[in-house]
Amino acid sequence: MTDMTFTEATIAAMQEEMRRDPLVFAIGEDMALQGGVFGQFKGLPEEFGVHRVLDTPISETAIVGAAVGAALCGARPVVDMHFADFITTAMDEVVSQAAKARYMFGGQCCVPMVLRMPDGAINSAAGHHSASVEAWLLHTPGVKLVVPSTPADAKGLLKSAIRDDDPVLYFEHKSLFKMRGEVPDGEHIVPLGVAAVRRSGTDVTILSYSQMVYRCLDAAAQLAEAGISAEVVDLRSLRPLDWDTIATSVRKTHRVVVAHEAVRTGGVGAELAAQIGEELFDELDGPVIRVAAHDVPMPFSPPLEKFVLPGAAQVVAAVRRLL
Amino acid sequence: MQRIRRFEERAEELYLGGELPGFIHLSIGQEACAAGACAALGTDDYITSTHRGHGHCVAKGAPLDRMMAELYAKVTGSCKGKGGSMHIADFSVGMLGANGVVGGGANLAVGATIAARLRGSDQIALCFFGDGASNRGPVHEAMNLAAVWNLPVIFFCENNQWASTTSVKSVMKIEDVADRAAGYGMPGVVVDGNDVLAVYTAVSAWVERVRNGGGPVLIEAKTYRMRGHFVGDPQVYRDAAEVQAQRANDPIQRLEWRLLAEGRLDEAGLARLKDEVEAELAAAVQFGRESPLPEPEAALEDLYATPLPGGVRP
Repeated sequence: MTDMTFTEATIAAMQEEMRRDPLVFAIGEDMALQGGVFGQFKGLPEEFGVHRVLDTPISETAIVGAAVGAALCGARPVVDMHFADFITTAMDEVVSQAAKARYMFGGQCCVPMVLRMPDGAINSAAGHHSASVEAWLLHTPGVKLVVPSTPADAKGLLKSAIRDDDPVLYFEHKSLFKMRGEVPDGEHIVPLGVAAVRRSGTDVTILSYSQMVYRCLDAAAQLAEAGISAEVVDLRSLRPLDWDTIATSVRKTHRVVVAHEAVRTGGVGAELAAQIGEELFDELDGPVIRVAAHDVPMPFSPPLEKFVLPGAAQVVAAVRRLL
Repeated sequence: MQRIRRFEERAEELYLGGELPGFIHLSIGQEACAAGACAALGTDDYITSTHRGHGHCVAKGAPLDRMMAELYAKVTGSCKGKGGSMHIADFSVGMLGANGVVGGGANLAVGATIAARLRGSDQIALCFFGDGASNRGPVHEAMNLAAVWNLPVIFFCENNQWASTTSVKSVMKIEDVADRAAGYGMPGVVVDGNDVLAVYTAVSAWVERVRNGGGPVLIEAKTYRMRGHFVGDPQVYRDAAEVQAQRANDPIQRLEWRLLAEGRLDEAGLARLKDEVEAELAAAVQFGRESPLPEPEAALEDLYATPLPGGVRP
């Protein structure tokens, strides 16, 4: 085990995969001198050179479109979207080209690309740099979605994403980049579609992912003091979804809260609530409750941002509503 | 050119006869662009295509029978009946797909050359796009990126004068799309897109330069879309006299006259060539017509290379 930050874990994953496979390359803005806007590509330009770490103009459409073209022709691009919000400027390239190419062309090709998506709200970045946009992509068949929450998963899931032959959206919450944690030494792979039970419990299942997992663990600790046993499941990937782990937990606790930082309406929580309602209705002792951000763009002023974001208190309140 | 023309004329007939579903966008009148440009490329080189991609697909060497089967929405089609006319592709000949999104292929072409460079290959990419696509952002971003990285891309604009129902003159202040190349520091040239030899000569002249690190080029071929935007388009937006006037400029007729006048081909040779095309096409239509439709459940296949556990939810 080695103690490292989430950022360092992603760099290690990139290094290992780029050394292993000469067709893996990184592409994005601010790569050459800064190593990515959050330093998550640091050292890669020096080791792999300008043809493997491509420093682009501010042209998100071209970055993602070129990555799709490269993937169609056998390369394995890892794209930095800078901020997840900016996916809007390349949405066509993701949803019309990357997600559909293999299907529309009858399986003639595949699109082995990764889009690294720094998302989530930190430090009053406000409306254009704070969004959590995974629900847009969950609604897009053809892409896979990864939502790591720990340095170990950041490494293991990124390596899996790079090796996967399909387009993978890798959501890395900006507040996690500096988080430290133990990462297994040697080849460390976390397969897509395997959730992790972060805390076992018997009274309620809390489903979450990415940074929100920590707010849920805080909530579970508070609930434990009141004698309520909450199980916290970190989904780790939204597609493929680890339905077995979800169902096992729901059958044990019979109560479900889904918590995410993204806005509420049409979100991942709505989808999970619907699936659980359809498949596990007889197991439930109450409705599936969603904890999410309010349905507004992220505001600038700190008290406004704090108000919009869901926290441990909202998770505790949701659990208390069920019990 | 003859193969492209007859393939599309047959597709038109079959569509109007109710045999083919969906929409068909024809490139009749533009065959010299596809044939001339693709003849200058190697088999391994890539092309990306447009809304009207049949001609590009044929010119790059795709077999007609699988193409026709795709138009018939059959399981034997090049895309197993999942793409149809507007998304026809044949990766075995480097044809990376027609594109339902106008201008959607430009950045794919750029990316194809990035992959080639990583593999140490000298493959180039030729991006077909139209005058309509030339007004879209993705095309401009692609040209800039290819230019700054000196990538081996030929941006080949088929200026057929009409973007769907809109005249190029009403949406573009300049006369030539090729002028835009200057903004990216790459050469821009104009060629007669209805003269297949002129197209072939122009593209050939740039292929080696592009392949050898000379950076991208923008070639604008002036041509004309003889049919409507799609088969069945009533074409209320343009005067029939305008279309009629273009008949004298038919690229296939022009080549035939020239070959006959220069004595390179006689009437018998021409008839033999046309017979060969008809026989190939008849077989393609028969193959399309007699092939089975896909099983409905095949709609859940081919989405992922590494399938999801439990599969796609029906």
